[in-house]
Amino acid sequence: MITYALRRIAMIIPLIIMVSFGVYALVLMIPGDPAITIAGENATEEQIQATRERLGLTDSFFVQYWNWISGAVRGDLGQSLFSSQTVTGAILDRFPVTLALTAAAVTVALLIAVPAGIIAALHRGRWPDRAVTLLTSIGISMPSFWLGILLVMVLALATPIFPAVGYTPLSESVLGWAHNLVLPAFTLGLAVCAEITRQLRGSLSDVLHQDYIRTARAAGLRGRIVVVKHGMKNAAVPVVTVLGFQVGFLLGGSVVVERVFGIPGLGDLAIRAVLERDIPMIQGIVVVSAAIVMLVNLVVDLSYGYLNPKVRQS
Amino acid sequence: MTTQHTGSEPGSAAGGTEEISGPALSGRARFWRRFRRQWPAQIALGYLIVIVAVAVCAPLLATYSPFDQNLNGVLARPSGEHWLGTDDLGRDVYSRLLYAARISLLAAAQAVAVSLVLGVLPGLLAGYAGKKTDAVIMRITDAVMSFPPLILAIAVVGVLGPSLTNAMFVIGIIFAPRFLRLVRGSVLSLRAETFIEASRSIGTPRWRIIQRHVLPNVLSPLVVQISLASALAMLAEASLSFLGLGVQPPEASWGAMIERGFRYTAAAPWMTVFPGLLIALTVLAFNVLGDGLRDSLGREVRKAS
Repeated sequence: MITYALRRIAMIIPLIIMVSFGVYALVLMIPGDPAITIAGENATEEQIQATRERLGLTDSFFVQYWNWISGAVRGDLGQSLFSSQTVTGAILDRFPVTLALTAAAVTVALLIAVPAGIIAALHRGRWPDRAVTLLTSIGISMPSFWLGILLVMVLALATPIFPAVGYTPLSESVLGWAHNLVLPAFTLGLAVCAEITRQLRGSLSDVLHQDYIRTARAAGLRGRIVVVKHGMKNAAVPVVTVLGFQVGFLLGGSVVVERVFGIPGLGDLAIRAVLERDIPMIQGIVVVSAAIVMLVNLVVDLSYGYLNPKVRQS
Repeated sequence: MTTQHTGSEPGSAAGGTEEISGPALSGRARFWRRFRRQWPAQIALGYLIVIVAVAVCAPLLATYSPFDQNLNGVLARPSGEHWLGTDDLGRDVYSRLLYAARISLLAAAQAVAVSLVLGVLPGLLAGYAGKKTDAVIMRITDAVMSFPPLILAIAVVGVLGPSLTNAMFVIGIIFAPRFLRLVRGSVLSLRAETFIEASRSIGTPRWRIIQRHVLPNVLSPLVVQISLASALAMLAEASLSFLGLGVQPPEASWGAMIERGFRYTAAAPWMTVFPGLLIALTVLAFNVLGDGLRDSLGREVRKAS
């Protein structure tokens, strides 16, 4: 297990280097002279020169990359071009909000997906299964922001149960925080929910056809115990993997959902940075979110290796 | 992403019976026989043909010009005059939807085309060229897949400047690993097949083996993936346009129309509801068609996709 873990962790290092290089290279993609683009078309020659120096564009690309990455390793992602904040500071400010949103979304997703997946797997081919399959197909086909707007129309405007926009920090009011988070969490969670349901339905119905399940049933164990104790335990492994895959989707999806509900999270920061062309901020957000995805996948892989000895050997 | 694969179970309606009478029929005939039983996929295909036809014939079907403003009739409810109401500039929502279909479909097609170009050739290379090339290509693929798709797209579009072409180009790059892995996987499993080995042993050049034996066998799972990727591309385009990073006004895709309607949620829900419905239906159709096609393929191929 330790060799497997070390090998898996070693694999991530070249990946991080490539990803960070790719992120830094974004600056090369700015059409024309980045300094002119950023300083604005009416900028004077001195302003352009100042911008150029502020961006470190006077150095060669590799020197720039080296300065940036060595700072990034120490947690310094540079300075925003348009506000007095550091990139790291801004990300740390916003991160808890996005974390709360995504965690709530995953909770919603699991609360719906687990019962739905079990019901579908137990009634495979019959109407409950068909209903679940149909609903999950619809779930993954709806644009999340559209679903969010529909929820706002029905549950915030037509019947004002939940607030349409806004965010209350947890430190201010726990109830207000939860109240504000219900609709966004549903919006973001439903697509993930559909994926998890599909996966759970598939893996659980495979498991339920195994010999040991038949044995457990033949031995006279009650149906519920067989499904929950013997079935779910084994069906859960692929579900965890899928959940890991969904992290990237959740981070991207939260950008859109934050926009719909006016939540001041990382996504809101990203959109602002993009509209202002705040390059260091964009680079910081992309590299941090890629790091989160890699980290989660690492944890998933390691837990997979822990749960399934076969993985370790390959 | 392996998650798409679970919708179809092996040995569902499509498999079974034909497998026995199979050898008498060609692969294609067997495929069509199976596909005829996939009625949801056929409905989806029919719907997609209609949508494409509508997009092509938009000028004939539109009741107004999509750009004609009428400031005396803004945010009008759906009526006999304006079937799906008007937007905040008094433009006819129905006519705009028809024209937006063109942009939404073309955008998805563009992204998938970019994915195919960037995915198929390197995929063949990775599967066929040897370990070193394979390792390099796969590491790059891993790196691309480490980015949350939408965030990378937002960043690149932000740097390049918002435009639909930029947006779909990035989406294409992000989805390319799906095709690359699929092609590579098929090639790797095909390489071990006896008929390829036989062909190699009589001295057939490599490119000819790829052309004659590998490509035709990769084609079917590729078609499945194209359908599923179109669904994802369409959702991605809608998201980017909703964020204002895709198509720029006065042109509009369905996603951009929702963005516009979002500002008038309470006053004019029709501005939001109809374009969203079309996105959801079209994405659903691509997904259902993809699943149906996969279930109609032979079992061996189904595994690879």
